Amino acid sequence: MAAEDLPSQFDVVILGTGLTESVIAAACSRVGQSVLHLDRRNYYAGNWASFTFNGLLSWIEEYKNQQELQITESEQEWRSLIEDGEEAVPLNSVDSSISNLEVFCYASEEEEQEEETKDLLTCPNAETVSEETNSDSTETQDTVTSDDVTESNVKVQNEENEDSAPKEQLHASDISEHSQSVEEKQPNRSPADPPAELQKKITYQKLLKEGRRFNIDLVSKLMYSRGALVDLLIKSNVSRYAEFKNIGRILTCRNGKVEQVPCSRADVFASKQLTVVEKRMLMKFLTFCLDFEQHPEEYQDYSEKPFSEFLKNKKLTENLQDFVLLSIAMVTQQTLTEEGLKATQHFLRCLGRYGNTPFLFPLYGLGEIPQCFCRMCAVFGGIYCLRHSVQCLVVDKESNKVKAVIDTRGQKIGCSHFVVEDSYIREEQRESIDYRQISRAVLITDRSVLPSESDQQISLVTVPPVESSGPAVRMVELCSSSMTCMPGTCLVHLTCSSSGTAQQDLAPVVSQLFHIPTTPGEDPSEGTGEISKPAVLWVMYFNMRDTSAMDSSCYSLPSNVHVCTGPDAGLGSDYSIKLAESVFHCLLPDEEFCPPAPNPEDIIYDGDAPQAEGRGFDESNDTEANKSQAEEEGTTNETNPENSEAAEMDSVAQETTLDTNPPSEE
Amino acid sequence: MHGRVKVKTTAQQEEEKRKEREKKLKAFVCARDSVLKKRSAGEHDEEALDLTQQLLSSNPDFATLWNYRREVLLHLETLREKDEVQKLYESELHFIEACLKVNPKSYGCWHHRSWVNTRLPQPDWTRELGLCDRCLSLDERNFHCWDYRRLVVKESGVSVEQELQFTDRLIGSNFSNYSSWHYRSTLLPQLRPQPVLDSAHNTSPSPSASPQSHSHRVCEEQLLKEYELAHNAFFTDPNDQSAWFYYRWLLGRAEREEMISCVYVSREGERVSVAFSKPVHAGSVGLMLVLDGQPQQVQWRNAHPRLRHSPVWLCDLPAGSISDTSNEHNLTIHWTDKHTHRDCALYTGCAESWCRDSATDQELFRSELSVEKSSVLQAELQSCNQLLDLEPQNKWCLLTIILLMRALDPLGHEKETLTHFQTLKEVDAMRSSYYSDLCSKFLIENTILKMEYAEVRVFSLSNKKLTTLCHLDQLLLVTHINLSSNQLQHLPPQFSMLQCLEVLEADDNAIESLEGLYHLPKLEEVSLKNNKICKVSDLETLATCTKLTRLDLRGNPVHKTDDLESELSLILPLVTALSL
Repeated sequence: MAAEDLPSQFDVVILGTGLTESVIAAACSRVGQSVLHLDRRNYYAGNWASFTFNGLLSWIEEYKNQQELQITESEQEWRSLIEDGEEAVPLNSVDSSISNLEVFCYASEEEEQEEETKDLLTCPNAETVSEETNSDSTETQDTVTSDDVTESNVKVQNEENEDSAPKEQLHASDISEHSQSVEEKQPNRSPADPPAELQKKITYQKLLKEGRRFNIDLVSKLMYSRGALVDLLIKSNVSRYAEFKNIGRILTCRNGKVEQVPCSRADVFASKQLTVVEKRMLMKFLTFCLDFEQHPEEYQDYSEKPFSEFLKNKKLTENLQDFVLLSIAMVTQQTLTEEGLKATQHFLRCLGRYGNTPFLFPLYGLGEIPQCFCRMCAVFGGIYCLRHSVQCLVVDKESNKVKAVIDTRGQKIGCSHFVVEDSYIREEQRESIDYRQISRAVLITDRSVLPSESDQQISLVTVPPVESSGPAVRMVELCSSSMTCMPGTCLVHLTCSSSGTAQQDLAPVVSQLFHIPTTPGEDPSEGTGEISKPAVLWVMYFNMRDTSAMDSSCYSLPSNVHVCTGPDAGLGSDYSIKLAESVFHCLLPDEEFCPPAPNPEDIIYDGDAPQAEGRGFDESNDTEANKSQAEEEGTTNETNPENSEAAEMDSVAQETTLDTNPPSEE
Repeated sequence: MHGRVKVKTTAQQEEEKRKEREKKLKAFVCARDSVLKKRSAGEHDEEALDLTQQLLSSNPDFATLWNYRREVLLHLETLREKDEVQKLYESELHFIEACLKVNPKSYGCWHHRSWVNTRLPQPDWTRELGLCDRCLSLDERNFHCWDYRRLVVKESGVSVEQELQFTDRLIGSNFSNYSSWHYRSTLLPQLRPQPVLDSAHNTSPSPSASPQSHSHRVCEEQLLKEYELAHNAFFTDPNDQSAWFYYRWLLGRAEREEMISCVYVSREGERVSVAFSKPVHAGSVGLMLVLDGQPQQVQWRNAHPRLRHSPVWLCDLPAGSISDTSNEHNLTIHWTDKHTHRDCALYTGCAESWCRDSATDQELFRSELSVEKSSVLQAELQSCNQLLDLEPQNKWCLLTIILLMRALDPLGHEKETLTHFQTLKEVDAMRSSYYSDLCSKFLIENTILKMEYAEVRVFSLSNKKLTTLCHLDQLLLVTHINLSSNQLQHLPPQFSMLQCLEVLEADDNAIESLEGLYHLPKLEEVSLKNNKICKVSDLETLATCTKLTRLDLRGNPVHKTDDLESELSLILPLVTALSL
C-alpha cells in the first residue's frame, strides 16, 4: 500500500502488533474507532511472534545484522512537517529487546541419501551463528572452526525462506491476504505422516526441508482455561479464529527423574508413585485450597510466613510439598502463604474446564493469538501496515498532547490517541528504567522427555531450581499435533527469569534433561547411559527484555500516549490482557471492552451490498463434520456443563468473508 | 458513534427467528402428513425413505417413522441383490449416526441401529465399537450406548480381557462412573473365576465352558488387585460412592446355600414348622413330608396370611397321628427341588422335638460378606481404619468398617460397631433411620449368636434402641422374649413365626400394632406396658392366641376407651389376668 493511500486522520494509531497492542486495536475497532495499526517488522506479533524454522533462521540473521548495523538518522525529512506550536518526539527505530542469542546445531549435516553411511568423523561437531564466540568453552565450541559450510548453509536457507514462508513474510496491510494464508496452511500441515518417517534419524537438511511444519514461539506461554485471555477470546468471539489443544500432562523433575505431577482427580487416582494416604492428603489439601477463603483459621497463623512452611505444617510429605509448591502453585520457596494459596486455587479452578490440566495451547503457536485480534480489528475496519513504523510523534505544545504522528514514509497522520509498544520508546523519554530479563531456550528434540502411550501430548514440565535460591525453570514440550513442529520431533521451550545470560541459566537444565550429542547426528544408542534421554537436534538461547514492571510513571510522554510493555515472564497472559483492558478504558472510558462480535447474518449493510455469509458446516469436509458432531454431543452432555464452551473453543476456525469493510472516512 | 457496525436489534432477530420456526413447523407437519398417508396406502418406496429421513433428521424420536422405515427397508430388501442390500443398510447406518448427533439418547435411533445390524449381510462390528467408544467419550453415562455396546461386544466376540481393559481406561479417566465399575463386576468372574472348591457340587464342568455355570466369585489374586484399585479411588475421593459400592461387591458375594435349616414338631399341636435358609414359597418348591416312612398329604401354610414368600412354613398333621406320647415318630422333610432333606425324631415322652443347624455353626450372619480368608479382610479393615483416621466423618468409610468388623468378629467388635453407628447417625442425619434399622439388625444377630452359644431358648434384647425386628425365623424355638425399653413401633407379621413363644415382654416401646401376635399356639403371657396401643380393635388379633391368659396393658392410650374392661372381656374371654 502506498503512503499516499493512508487516510490522514485516525482515532487511534497503534504501533506494535504484540498481544497487548493487538487486543487494544481489536477493542477500539470493535466499538467503531478508526484504527491504524503499524509494525516496523515484516511479521505480526512482535516479540509474541511464531516462526517457521526457516523463518526463525532469518529472524536470527536479522538480529545478527542489527547488532552490526550503525544507526544513521535522517531527521531532516520530517522536521519540515513540524509546525509552530508543535514539538517532535522521535521514536526508536531499532529493537534492542533481544540479547545474548546463541544457536547450536546437533543434527546430522549429512544429506538424506547418505544417511546410511554414518560417516560421523568428517562431520562438524556443532555450529554457531552467534557473533560472539564464548571463551568459556563447552565441548561444542572447540570445533567451531572445523566447518564453515554450515553457516553459509543457513544463509542460503534464509534466502529460500523469503519465498517459502508466506505467513511471516506478509507485509501488505490487507488482512484478508493473511486470513487466506491461515486457511492454506491447514491442508499443508497435517500431522498425519507415514510412521516410517519417525524411525528415521532427523538431519539438519530434514529440519530445513520440513521447516514450514514448525511454529516456534519467541514467548512461551500457556493459556489458563479460566484466565483473562481465554475469557476474552470467548467473550469477544475472537476464539472463532483459532483452534486449541489441551496440555495433556504436567511433569516435574525430581532427583534427575522426570515424573508426572498428579494434579487432577484422575491423575491422583492413577498415580503409581503416591501411597493411598498421600493421595488422601493431597486431595484433602487441594480441596481446601479450592475455597481456602472460607477457612481462614487454617492459614491465618501463616499469613506472614512462606507458603512452603505452611505446606510442611499441613503434614504433606516432602514429595507432595514439592508437587504443590513447584508444579501446582508454581511459586518459589519465599512466596507468602496467601499468594501460594491463591495460585493453587487459580490452578485448580482452571482444571477440568477443557480437560485434565488447567492449560490450553493455541494450535500453530502462541503467535496466532495476537493475529486473531488483529483480524478482528481488520474485520471492523482497522488498517494494517507491516514494515511501516512511526518516526516521531507530533505534540501540541499547549495541550501537551499528541496530535499526529509522522510515519516512516514521511506522512503526517492525525490521531487522538497513540498506543505504542515499549521498545519504540527512546531513552530520553524514560524517567526510570526497571528492566528485567527473561532467559529463553528453544530446543528441537527427537522425542519426549517422558514417553507414554500417546506421543501426541503437550507437557508442561516444572524443573526445580538447581540451587534453592535460583529460579525454577518452566519447560513446555510441544508435540507435532500442536502444529508447531515436524512429526518425529518435539519442540521444547524453556523459560525462567534471568540471573545471567540465557545460556548460563538454562544450559545446566538442558544437559540434565537431554542428551547433547558430542558429534552431530550421533546415534543415541551408541552413547552410554544417555539412552533414556531425548537427544537435542538444535538449540537456541536468548534473553528477552521483560518490561512488565514499568508503568506510566516510568515515561515522560504526553497524556494521550499509552505505552504497552512486552511479554512478562509468567506462564499465563493475564498481565498483558489486563493491561490492554486498562489502556482501553483510558482511551474510551465509556465503552465496553471487546463486546461479542455479532454473527455475520445479523449485520445490516448500507446500500445494496450483498450479505456476506459464513461458511456453513454443510460445505465442510468430513473431519469438520465429525468435529461438529463432537460439539453437538458435547452440548447435550449433562455430566459436564462446561463442554459447550469447550466445543466453542475447539471449533474449527470458521472463515468469514467479513473482512472488506472500507475504512470510514469520517 | 461513527463507524460502528450496525447490528439487527433483538426484536428484529426474534421476529426473524419466529418466522423461521413457523416455516419449519409448517414444512414438518406437511411432510409428516404425507408420510403417514403413504404408510396407510402401503407404499414402500424410495420416496418414503427420503421423506422419513428428512423428518427423522430433525426429530429422531418419532418412533412411528422408524417403524415405517423398517417396513420399507424389509420390502426393498426383497427386490435387491445382496451387495445392494449391504449398501442400503450401510447408508442407513450413516443416517442413524447423523440422527444420533441430534439426540445421542434417542431410544428410536439406538434400537433402529441394532435392527439394521441384524439385517446387514456383513456387519462391521469394529466400526460399531468405535462409534460406542466415541459416544461414551462424550458422555460416559449414556446408558443407551452402554446397552448397544453390550450387543456389539456380544456379536463381535470381543474378548473379556479387552473389555476389562476398556473399563480400566474408563475408570482411569473418571472413576465416578458406576457404569464402568459395574461392567467390571460382570467381567471379572468370567475372566478370573475362583477355583471351584466345593467337592459336593463338583458336577459343574470348568467355569469357562459354560457362562451359566461359572462362579460369581473372583480368584483371590485378582481380588487383591481390585481391592487396591478401590483403595486408590476411595482414598482419592472418599465421598464418591461408585468405588465404595464396587468395594462392597468385592467384599460380599457369597450367597447362602439354600437348605432346610430347622424342623420343629409339636406333639400337642400336631404341627410341623419348617425353617428355610431363604424365603421360599412352599407351595411351589416341591416340599414333601414323610412320617414314619409314609408320605403325608399336608397343607403347607404361612405363619401369617399376609406373608407370601417366607422362611418359615407350617403344616398340621392328620389328627391323632402323633398325639400319643408313648409313641416314637420319625419325620423327614424332603425338598425335592434342591435334592435335600432333613430328619427329625420325636422320642417317646417328649412333647416336642427339633432338628436344626445353629446360627453359630453356619457363621450365619457373616455370609453377607464373602468368606474370604480372614487375614485378607483384616488387612482391608486396617486400610479402612487408616482412611477413617484421615476422614473421621466419612460415612462410606464408617459403614464399610462396620461391615468388615461384622465379617471378622461380630461379637468382638460389637462395642466399636455401636460407636461407629452413633457417628454415622450424626454425620449423615438424613439416613439416621436407616442406620438405626441396620444397627438393630446387627444387634439382633449378635443376640441370636449369644443365645445359641448359651444354648438357651430365651431371647433378651432390652434397652438397645431397637427400631425394627428381623431374623425372626431364627427365633422359631424361642420361648421367652424380652424386647423392653426399645423404640419398636410394630410387631410385624413375621413375629408369628415364633411358634414356641410363651412369654412376650415388650414394655416401654412405641408399639401401635400387634399384627404379628397371630396364632401363636403357646403364647400365655404378654406384657405391653407403656406403649401406644390406642384402639380396642388393635387387640383383636390376640384372640387367635388361644393360650393367652395374662395381658398387661398399663400405660397405653387405649385406657381412655369407655368401658374398656367389658369390651376386652368380650373379645378376649380367655384372658384372666388383665392389668389395665
